[in-house]
Amino acid sequence: MSNETVLDIRVLNHWFGSGGARKQALFDIDMTLERGSFTVLMGPSGSGKTTLLTLAGCLRGVEEGSVRLLGHELRDAPEAELTLLRRRLGFIFQAHNLHESLTALQNVVMGVQVRPGVPDGLARLAAARALDLVGLSDRMNYRPANLSGGQKQRVAVARALVGNPAMVLADEPTAALDKDSAADVIDLLKRLGAARGTTTLLVTHDNRILDRADRILTLEDGRIVSSDIGPAATRVDHGEQTGTTSSH
Amino acid sequence: MRRLLQWIFGRLPIGWLQLTHKRGRFLAALSGVAFANVLVFVQLGIMNSMATATLKPYELFEADIMISAADANALAEGSNVARQWMLQAFADPDVVAGMGLFVGNAPWDRGDTDITFTTFGIDPGQPGFVAPAIAGDLALLQVQDVAIIDRLARGLPRDEAAAIRPQTPLSFETQGRTLTALDTFAGGGGFGGDGYMFVSDQTFLSLFPARSSAAPDHILLRLRPGADADATIARLGTLISADDLRIRSYDAAAQEDLRYQQTQRPTGVIFGFGVLIGVLVGLVIVYQVLSADVADHLREYATFKAMGYGPRFFLGIVVEEALVLGLLGFLPGLAVGTAILTLMGAITTLPLSMTPAMALMVFIGTVVFSVLSGVIATRRLSAADPADLF
Repeated sequence: MSNETVLDIRVLNHWFGSGGARKQALFDIDMTLERGSFTVLMGPSGSGKTTLLTLAGCLRGVEEGSVRLLGHELRDAPEAELTLLRRRLGFIFQAHNLHESLTALQNVVMGVQVRPGVPDGLARLAAARALDLVGLSDRMNYRPANLSGGQKQRVAVARALVGNPAMVLADEPTAALDKDSAADVIDLLKRLGAARGTTTLLVTHDNRILDRADRILTLEDGRIVSSDIGPAATRVDHGEQTGTTSSH
Repeated sequence: MRRLLQWIFGRLPIGWLQLTHKRGRFLAALSGVAFANVLVFVQLGIMNSMATATLKPYELFEADIMISAADANALAEGSNVARQWMLQAFADPDVVAGMGLFVGNAPWDRGDTDITFTTFGIDPGQPGFVAPAIAGDLALLQVQDVAIIDRLARGLPRDEAAAIRPQTPLSFETQGRTLTALDTFAGGGGFGGDGYMFVSDQTFLSLFPARSSAAPDHILLRLRPGADADATIARLGTLISADDLRIRSYDAAAQEDLRYQQTQRPTGVIFGFGVLIGVLVGLVIVYQVLSADVADHLREYATFKAMGYGPRFFLGIVVEEALVLGLLGFLPGLAVGTAILTLMGAITTLPLSMTPAMALMVFIGTVVFSVLSGVIATRRLSAADPADLF
């Protein structure tokens, strides 16, 4: 169990557009993610889930409020600092976003080589191990076009986790997967994240994966309307899980 | 190639992998670069050929100073020069010899073809003014209506030229007179004529009766060994009080002729623009290929941005692609360019060939302009916003 805060969001407001078309997307968001927690962010389309995810992932500039990631204040942070911080995160996208010209192994290698100075041999070894962990050791030299949807997403999981990120941000990672593949991917994220103390923030509409969450945050119209302890966190109380999440 | 790029960039050769992933498009891109290379090679080859052809007649003579009319931009252009200035030049202590050089075009009607000889009328008693390869035969020209002709002249069959000897002369008609070729030398066709011919000044005046022995086209001067040509030219400028003359070193005259041909004459300007257009075509082709490639991979690039890759990484990928296109496009371009120049040289007898210097220059230009195109194409990378991935 660790109470180390990975992400701390305070009174976060965000707008899109300008002038008369300016529209507020997030309202007074307060949220804290601690090391090793597995948080699911739910809500209807347009509720602000993805905006919140991109703000937490240093992919969008913070306009008002405070977002502290790994001890760094993101508001007004220079682009170079944000780039370095992103190297400590893992991203999993709905469309997996694997590079079509690269093999599964090469895609995962890219998750290692983002840190300068990692020898090629070591990067390949780490990537091979990561693919082995997600059960794709026999598909390392396949290009994405020759992998199934579930296999692609598992490669994306390996790519996100291979660099031992402090936090994984996942956007609808199971949306395009069948029930079994979705369960596989979430179990992988959960298992590998727990083993490494990785914090996970996952946006989903998929009710099938709620039972894996330590905490379930629900956003509606840009506001957090509920913050519930997830079934997995219930098991925390019985000594199975690390990490906590809170919303203020 | 893949390992070389991995070694150079210290990472996965993503540019190479992207380019080779779609082989049809890759080959089309290489063909485009090769095509631009061929364009540049051909235009440069013609420009080089013009330079070689322009300087060739100067190689047939040996002189230190050349006096020409002010409007004589080329060896075969411009007004005449009064012979009296040669006599005036002898007043300078460093001038040891002088010769009037007459230049005219004499066509040889061979029935099916005409061979136009750029004809030099010279004093056969001055062998020191012609190249050693010709000097030995100069005494032959003392006989009226005798010529030494260019065995590489365009339109002259090689076996026919090879048979010309003092014992087996060749007679031909030109300018209404019959000349007898007693020997040959190696010249070559140029842009102004099909080849060269030496005759005596007396024979020249018979061929061109409107010309006067008192007014050659140029005056060639030899200086005593060790003399300072520039100082002599300065002194001649005061000795010869004519404003309509150009007194230059022989080498400077050759270089000024070359510059004139390349920058003032329409052919030189057209070939120069040809090179420029070839470079621009190559630039546009590489830019289009790289720009389309960046656009095709925006999502992947945005993903890499999200993962924490910085601007130098993306610039490196595009530069890597530019290098691959430049290097691999150059080789077929070189092969095809060499073949075309060789073929054109054989057909036209112009000195057209691929030179190592030309190949190196085009290679460096190809790489530099490919990388430049790549750098321009990276502007499209700004459209890769990782926030749009979600």
